[in-house]
Amino acid sequence: MSQAQETDTVENGVIESVSGPVVTATDLAARMNDVVYVGDEGLMGEVIEIEGNITTVQVYEETSDVSPGEPVENTGEPLSVDLGPGMLDSIYDGVQRPLDVLEEQMGAFLDRGVDAPGIDLEKEWGFEPTVSAGDSVEAGDEVGVVEETVQIDHKVLVPPGYDGGVVAETHEGSFTVDEPVVVLENGEEIAMRQEWPVREPRPTQEKETPTTPLISGQRILDGMFPIAKGGTAAIPGPFGSGKTVTQHQLAKWADADIVVYVGCGERGNEMTEVIEDFPELEDPVTGNPLMSRTCLIANTSNMPVAARESCVYTGITIAEYYRDMGYDVALMADSTSRWAEAMREISSRLEEMPGEEGYPAYLAARLSEFYERAGKFTNINDTEGSISVIGAVSPPGGDFSEPVTQNTLRIVKTFWALDADLAERRHFPSINWNESYSLYQDQLDPWFREHVADDWPEQRQWAVDTLDEESELEEIVQLVGKDALPDDQQLTLEVARFLREAYLQQNAFHDVATFSEPEKTYRMLGAIKTFNDAAFDALDAGVPVDEITDIDAAPRLNRMDTTAEYDEFIDELEADIRSQLQEKY
Amino acid sequence: MQKEYKTITEISGPLVFAEVDEPVGYDEMVEIETPNGETRRGQVLESTSEFVAIQVFEGTSGIDKQSSVRFLGETLQMPLTEDLLGRVLSGSGEPIDGGPDIEPDEERPIVGAAINPTAREYPEEFIQTGVSSIDGMNTLVRGQKLPIFSGSGLPHNDLALQIARQATVPEEGDDASEFAVIFGAMGITQEEANEFMDDFERTGALERSIVFMNLADDPAVERTVTPRMALTTAEYLAFEEDYHVLVILTDMTNYCEALREIGAAREEVPGRRGYPGYMYTDLAQLYERAGRIEGRDGSVTQIPILTMPGDDETHPIPDLTGYITEGQVMMDRDLHSQGYEPPVNVLPSLSRLMDDGIGEGLTRADHADVKDQLFAAYAEGEDLRDLVNIVGREALSERDNKYLDFADRFETEFVDQGFDANRDIDETLDIAWELLSMFPETELNRIDEEAIEQYYHEDAAEADAEEVTAD
Repeated sequence: MSQAQETDTVENGVIESVSGPVVTATDLAARMNDVVYVGDEGLMGEVIEIEGNITTVQVYEETSDVSPGEPVENTGEPLSVDLGPGMLDSIYDGVQRPLDVLEEQMGAFLDRGVDAPGIDLEKEWGFEPTVSAGDSVEAGDEVGVVEETVQIDHKVLVPPGYDGGVVAETHEGSFTVDEPVVVLENGEEIAMRQEWPVREPRPTQEKETPTTPLISGQRILDGMFPIAKGGTAAIPGPFGSGKTVTQHQLAKWADADIVVYVGCGERGNEMTEVIEDFPELEDPVTGNPLMSRTCLIANTSNMPVAARESCVYTGITIAEYYRDMGYDVALMADSTSRWAEAMREISSRLEEMPGEEGYPAYLAARLSEFYERAGKFTNINDTEGSISVIGAVSPPGGDFSEPVTQNTLRIVKTFWALDADLAERRHFPSINWNESYSLYQDQLDPWFREHVADDWPEQRQWAVDTLDEESELEEIVQLVGKDALPDDQQLTLEVARFLREAYLQQNAFHDVATFSEPEKTYRMLGAIKTFNDAAFDALDAGVPVDEITDIDAAPRLNRMDTTAEYDEFIDELEADIRSQLQEKY
Repeated sequence: MQKEYKTITEISGPLVFAEVDEPVGYDEMVEIETPNGETRRGQVLESTSEFVAIQVFEGTSGIDKQSSVRFLGETLQMPLTEDLLGRVLSGSGEPIDGGPDIEPDEERPIVGAAINPTAREYPEEFIQTGVSSIDGMNTLVRGQKLPIFSGSGLPHNDLALQIARQATVPEEGDDASEFAVIFGAMGITQEEANEFMDDFERTGALERSIVFMNLADDPAVERTVTPRMALTTAEYLAFEEDYHVLVILTDMTNYCEALREIGAAREEVPGRRGYPGYMYTDLAQLYERAGRIEGRDGSVTQIPILTMPGDDETHPIPDLTGYITEGQVMMDRDLHSQGYEPPVNVLPSLSRLMDDGIGEGLTRADHADVKDQLFAAYAEGEDLRDLVNIVGREALSERDNKYLDFADRFETEFVDQGFDANRDIDETLDIAWELLSMFPETELNRIDEEAIEQYYHEDAAEADAEEVTAD
């Protein structure tokens, strides 16, 4: 302890050199990763290298006009986020400054040197204790509840690192986040706000094997390549292939309790779309506004590069905090490549020896550290929570052999490969069914059997086999043309076409089609299988392929997607398919 | 305040290193006077307590160790006024049209600050360019950044000019919908520059244009400031003077070459193909300066043009651009050699903001469905072309032959309209329906039944079928 106190005596330094976001300072007594304020304007930065008397700082803001000789002030604290009620329904930049507060303070353009706390320190929240004087609590235990949004009860926990003990007093009523609401007999005071350094995972008891799917309402994901609650997934794809739309769809419809959406180095207009759309959208299950479960972190591509490096950490720390309350959290990071590039940019300014393609040698380590913070956990307070992480990857030129994609694939267990060819023909979501995979299938099948249909895995396997067969047949068709194939293979191609066009394609911008619950997903695939089975029966009975595919009912398969009352529609459709085909023989 | 140094220690490519004894700000402007009295302008790239690295815009030739260096104590500023409209400026913002000096109302640093995402307004106002392949298939909206990906020798300039000439927002009537055009030329040839200037003068567009001209023989380093000057001016006109501004930047490839040149001179660790590792960030700082802001009437729409080296879409310049911009319009060499104008290949083209900018009340209720159907049908026709080369047309089914015919007619009737034709959106969609009516109704699986009822003319399909059998 004494050593910590010694370094707490903060010593300030002087700028030695400035080169873009990298500033070096002399005579700065700081530890690695301490936050410092640089220059006369007090630009926020973080210590990233110490060599002799020279300390290197990455600055989270534009450094134009900063000159050597200006002071550097040390805070003695690592980069931390404020955790407490008020984070949901908020939008932050990469270092957790609320963007709406920044707009009030400096107008439409982001100026520099303005700081604002991550959560509103003035606002009062209604606190309701769940412990009473005399109860004994430990670090991580719940001591009370705050209604944060209409949907989410924010549980106030004893911060990790507290000794804990017997509760001396509790205060019910309205308080600001810094006022103590529970006091322990040993003198420890618990307020609604706590801080946590972003680069350090919050403690847990145990990591478990996830067995529940994260239902996304997207057929190709739920129906073919599901991700578990607590799982990890990567969506790599070239530009224009629909990474961001897929991420938005997940953020909108995933059945997680909390969604943390990290826009890392992406487009400003896209973030604006999220900010404008989400408050108007309703959670399909609860009917509450989607923002009431969502925390947005936006570091657009033209915002300072160092803050881009930190934004994924800010996001995952917030996710962990809600996980500790026992919630299932889903974190979308769009795009992790921009994060990796930010690392590369800083690394090259430090003149570090580059690894593959100029990325720093520690790229793989950083990526795996980050994805390891996902998972299904038993928390230190014995509740269960999970963090699912879905990272978009933007490989240069759409080439999946590049370092960020490859290092990510070594870690994640679900791979949704976006395909430029599919996107070009406007097959959305343009996830390639031949290349994608999910290693959670076996873990999740029991859930699907129990909650949706007993033959869910078998039906899925039938679809996979049919699509596989199609891709093999396509090679032959390329050489000899479709008419040269035998009848049964021609029919398989027709069935596969329905699988692609009626089942795998899903219109994200259509009110009904945008969300497909597992039951609907199951019924739609069932309808195509019904067509398949009846069609092959007819073929066996000698009906020519042309006549089979010409039945009036077949094109109605394409309308299932946009039909809200799908149960009756599909019942009728299946009956029509059967009867129309049986009429032929 | 302005202290003069004669302390140059090293001159290397576009960079000058000088020793200093007082702190100099990062990005600060510098003037260097050569022994024969010429003044060069530059900018601080790196500043330490002992020396600074200066990037010189007008080239370093003629600078020696005796040249004097003066730090101006401020970053590069753009003088701004509404009177800039109609003027022609050099790549670093000096008037070169022989007109009067600029009397600015305001000066702003050219670096520009990021727009706070919460202050942005999501772009969803349809811009009618009069070009079917853009309006119909890859719609441009106000506040979007939509680059033209082209190759050497393709008529991207003609397309850019056509857009600049024809772009309107139909619902607002004629007065309100005129765009102010800011044209930022980086390293283009005098001939290309003349083409633009002649067209601006011919159509009278110059009055509502501001031209920044950095030609191929102007210093390369100057190119790094030209787009920033253009965009600073655009932001001023849009957000202070309520103009709708269309910014055309050409050629971004030359800009990136200049970045690489500076990076190499600084001996930086290069990223892909020798381009600096921070090129993504650097390009983003340009492209992201498009958009709308809540509560302001104006907008900045960007059409950067870049020529892909070797027509390679995966080259770092188009690649990084594509990741930042909201889509791309792709020029195609094959279509060009077949004489189609404009030779836009709609399949790899994309407009990310189109979905919210089209539909009822914006363009037409059937637009989205029609577009999807056209894409699917054209893609299928394209696929079949490969096949037809191998097996011949006779081996294909009637259905396949229809798709082949469709692809041909799509190119000749929909895409090939000429650089002078200005089609409004109804005309574009009507042509689309004309083409889609080649197919039987059941093939139109992406279109809403009501729309089919309203626009589909069956007789066209039948007439066409007869024609095929008659052949």
